[in-house]
Amino acid sequence: MSISTMKKSGPFAHGYSSVQKTMFTVLLALLPATLFNLYLFGWPAIMLFTVTVGACLAVEAGCLSLAGKPVMATLADCSALLTGWLLAMSLPPWAPWWLGVLGAIFAIAMAKHSFGGIGQNVFNPAMVGRTVLLISFPVAMTTWVVPHPLFSAGAPGFFEALAITFGGQMPDAVSSASALGHIKTELSRHIPVTESIADVPGLMDMLFGYRAGSMGETSAILILAGGLFLMAKRIISWHIPLSVMGGLFVIAEIFHAVDPTHFTSGTFHLVSGATFLGAFFIATDYVTSPVSKTGQLIFGLGCGVLIWLIRNFAGYPEGVAFAVLLMNGLAPIIDQYTRPRAFGRNRKGEPLPLGKEKP
Amino acid sequence: MKLFSIRGGIHPEYRKELTSEKAIVAMPMPAALYIPLQQHIGAPAEVLVAEGDLVKKGQMIARNQGAVSASQHAPTSGRIKTVTDVTAPHPSGLPQTTIILEPDGKDEWAELPEPIADPFAADMHTINDRVAQSGIVGMGGAAFPSAIKLNLGDQKKLDTLLLNGAECEPYLTCDDRVMREYADEIIDGARIMAHALGTSRIIVGIEQNKPQAIESMTRAASAFPEIEVIDVPVQYPMGSERHLVQAITGRETPARKLTADLGIVVHNVSTARAVHHAVRFGRPLVARVVTVSGGAIREPGNILTPIGALVSDLVGFCGGFAVRPESVVNGGPMMGSPLPSLDVPVVKGTSGILALTAEEINDRPTEACIRCGSCVTICPCGLSPVEMAAFIRKDKLEGAAKLGVMDCFSCGSCSYVCPSHIPLVHYFNYAKGVLNDLERERNKNERIKSLAEVRTIRIEKAAEIKRATLAGRKPAPDSAAPGNTGEAKAATEEKANA
Repeated sequence: MSISTMKKSGPFAHGYSSVQKTMFTVLLALLPATLFNLYLFGWPAIMLFTVTVGACLAVEAGCLSLAGKPVMATLADCSALLTGWLLAMSLPPWAPWWLGVLGAIFAIAMAKHSFGGIGQNVFNPAMVGRTVLLISFPVAMTTWVVPHPLFSAGAPGFFEALAITFGGQMPDAVSSASALGHIKTELSRHIPVTESIADVPGLMDMLFGYRAGSMGETSAILILAGGLFLMAKRIISWHIPLSVMGGLFVIAEIFHAVDPTHFTSGTFHLVSGATFLGAFFIATDYVTSPVSKTGQLIFGLGCGVLIWLIRNFAGYPEGVAFAVLLMNGLAPIIDQYTRPRAFGRNRKGEPLPLGKEKP
Repeated sequence: MKLFSIRGGIHPEYRKELTSEKAIVAMPMPAALYIPLQQHIGAPAEVLVAEGDLVKKGQMIARNQGAVSASQHAPTSGRIKTVTDVTAPHPSGLPQTTIILEPDGKDEWAELPEPIADPFAADMHTINDRVAQSGIVGMGGAAFPSAIKLNLGDQKKLDTLLLNGAECEPYLTCDDRVMREYADEIIDGARIMAHALGTSRIIVGIEQNKPQAIESMTRAASAFPEIEVIDVPVQYPMGSERHLVQAITGRETPARKLTADLGIVVHNVSTARAVHHAVRFGRPLVARVVTVSGGAIREPGNILTPIGALVSDLVGFCGGFAVRPESVVNGGPMMGSPLPSLDVPVVKGTSGILALTAEEINDRPTEACIRCGSCVTICPCGLSPVEMAAFIRKDKLEGAAKLGVMDCFSCGSCSYVCPSHIPLVHYFNYAKGVLNDLERERNKNERIKSLAEVRTIRIEKAAEIKRATLAGRKPAPDSAAPGNTGEAKAATEEKANA
């Protein structure tokens, strides 16, 4: 008798969650920020978004059929859609189409299906896609534009957008540095943070999104709202987001207090870059984060500290993707050391001694 | 009273409203009763009747034998049709020796043992003997012979009898109804049990979703200061005895120990009522309340059912099926087992018969695990189902054993919450079965090895004696005979072990 031929045991009741419902709720949480950013960056952003998501779905379908797995049924779990969505949100909104397509190939084919498809990957697919692109095409990946809201004066029309996204005709005058990038560049020119911070958008603008950056970086407040929605829906728990943000905030505040000319404040770190997107949507990815709550706290803290280290001491102004990938690699070992204590046993797995059962 | 939290658990859809307001009704005596000789782990009872015998209600028809065993009594008066193999109410669907009784419709009681006049003056053995003689088993589902658990007072220092009225399984309302309608009988039975156990304190634990039961039990217990009725949070699997003990006392039963090692013995509320009947009236356990429910049942209810009635008769009494059920379950939906057919009898451990529709079961094709960690968060045993399942899928059962799969009691919470609908409990049951077999095999091999070693030594010794006799011409001792008997004995022992 093998496990597959045995008559199935109970339970004869089941909760109503499903993979598809989970992914769908995450997409729903991303929707307000996405719509707002598509509006903010106009037609080129809409085109890049469509191409990236479409490419992810196409690559997923291709990989599934190569592997001989059911294509439509697996596409319906929405996981590739979510990967494409997050990848698109991590690209510069006016980037050329091929960045999206290449990113999709790296994210879905390399990071996900070469490991065995959904649930098997060690690293967050969207972040692998983004990181490969960032290392291979640093210029295209850091050409940010200031917001050009749809239908506003100076915003590219549909045909101009075609030229930007598919023709590689990036208008020269519009590029701009992101806040993190600006501060890093100025520091390298020996201009202290205390002066350069005056040039970046105010905190409120940072929060609401009127600034240069990828779609997931701007409009921090809508991302935050989406994250809180996920928590309310119990798709994610507070452990990872809070420990990512807490780790980042605390270490940033300590160094800011020690040397404000070199280190920006914790609040600045929280609202700039992809902190909220990373904390609520990237680091919380089920597949690539630890399963136990203790493990999740360690994982999140690690992400937060690494983000700060990379932002301050590495070559790139933003470190969320790198930090999450590094911690993804540690997730299996964190899992191994943070298993819950079994009922009636101590942490080593030995039965509790009688008379003092309190562990 | 301050309660303690238990780890994990779930809040399934309870659907108790289907039957919670239905008073207990007795089903009419069916055309035949099928009484299996074994209804629990341990040994089957020894048959005392033969084909054609006339029996009266309550007459013992099979006697307990062996350490773990329970007697069976005729649930009504009638004629023994035959003693034969009938499909057991067990997922295996294997046949089992069963007494078939044709009721005569008179329902005449046999001469019953005298009531124990003052049970609180009687010594514990008198009460335990009566409980054993009355065929009482744990009525929560496992049907473990109660007298054995009542004897624990002999071996362990006990202070508390914990009466389990949690009834945390969805759908089931039989304990709820018994508590509402027969609270005085339960309390009396509990006091007798506490006396037998030598415990000074009785606690009744009832989940908060049964306010009427809590009220009636509190009222019945109000005259006795040693009894405390405690409402516990609605949290599956609160009715697991280790978890109930932890919720109420804060004490965690060590692995491989019993709650009795903490001084606490847990009995089901309906078992207490059966003890009341046995001690006060000499009546053995011949009927029980069964919750017949589920979306496919036309008229769900709480039915007083004679032991041995066929599930098909019971379902028929409840109006039959309104729609075709997807599964018929023996017990609750979380820990119950699928019935192989409807032509199996209700036994002493049958707390519910559920005919569930596909919508209620909500089973779906299994998808890949997305490592969401819900199973780790909710596991009331503190295990890591996701990792154990990964080992079992690759048939690396030793890996699963290291992670504690043998500590899993198959409460089903992980399977319930899994968004990928992975049948985790099924995996664990499979692993536990195979690991148990391996363990038995290992024990057997060790036994054979040690017997073989003994045999080699014996043969050598015999040979030596022979040499010595040949050399010294002493009278030959009969060396072959003891050797032979030894081997024969070893072979029998081996058989017993297998």
